[in-house]
Amino acid sequence: MSELVYGFVTGIMFGFFLQKGRVIRYDKQIGALRLIDMTIVKFMFTTILVAMVGVYLLKDLGLAKLSLKPTILGANIIGGIVFGIGWGLLGYCPGTQLGALGEGRWDAFWGILGMLVGAGIFAEFYPALKKTVLTWGDLGKITIPQILGVNHWIIIAAFVILGILMFRWFEKKGL
Amino acid sequence: MDDNQESKGWNPYLAGALTGLLLVFSVWFTGKYVGASTTFVRSAGLIEKVFNVERVANMEYFKKEIPKVDWQFLFVIGIFFGSLIASTTSRSFRWQAVPTMWESHFGPSKIKRAMVAFVGGVIAMFGARLADGCPSGHGLSGSLQLAVSGYISLICFFVGGVIVTTIFYRGGDKHE
Repeated sequence: MSELVYGFVTGIMFGFFLQKGRVIRYDKQIGALRLIDMTIVKFMFTTILVAMVGVYLLKDLGLAKLSLKPTILGANIIGGIVFGIGWGLLGYCPGTQLGALGEGRWDAFWGILGMLVGAGIFAEFYPALKKTVLTWGDLGKITIPQILGVNHWIIIAAFVILGILMFRWFEKKGL
Repeated sequence: MDDNQESKGWNPYLAGALTGLLLVFSVWFTGKYVGASTTFVRSAGLIEKVFNVERVANMEYFKKEIPKVDWQFLFVIGIFFGSLIASTTSRSFRWQAVPTMWESHFGPSKIKRAMVAFVGGVIAMFGARLADGCPSGHGLSGSLQLAVSGYISLICFFVGGVIVTTIFYRGGDKHE
């Protein structure tokens, strides 16, 4: 039960920050895909960088565990591009469209309905996909520092520097 | 209420950093990494169970992702309320059936927008389940853990999205 309460409270705060950052709405999501407004990229990479430092610190202190999804090239690449095509049409992500509904953008309702149907269709095809696409290029649960064979803090430092350079470039270009 | 009266919201770097801290505390206190798309699978299963319990019970994917209400389910519901609270307390809530950018290019038809949004939703969720995650599960949780799957998926999300929007929005705005 307390797990559900934690989930709900975390969701409320997540939705609150996303709305405040103005990253939920269609115009911002499509603005990024049209490469004219990088608001969601700024938001997303700041989130990733802060959480990356925090989570790896917790891991090194023995206070948290990683929970990695396996890298399956066929699934990640084909699935990723298919998701992107749908995302470009809808203009909302699975999580953010609930937030879009919350700020009154009720066209997100059609996206939610579509996603429920999409999940149902995937469940029908799962047995066939499991034997094909989901086995193509299965590399297991790997991280970037693992495949490069270096300490994770070197990679984290590199990402932070690259992130800051990217943000500076966005600001210079007014994106 | 039009856009001119609306406050600009918070700096995206600030809102992003606070979200990053939220994710760190979530991992620290509950061990949970955020995601959203599995909830649509569980919900679809719960809905299908209303019509045919046995069939759902025997489907392989619903054995893997059991149709139930869990941490992530409440997390996704919470996003709705968090956004509702943030928007209604800052005058940025707006009842809108057709997004502004969409309307300036494709016109004010609510039916056209509804149809494309629905089809987009079907395609997006099929892809997210194939990739085993969405911009939350792969994009945030995967990338922050430096998972290879997270970065490959995130890049592909943008590749697919940029291709589609470039095709659909070519030629500039038509309905201004």
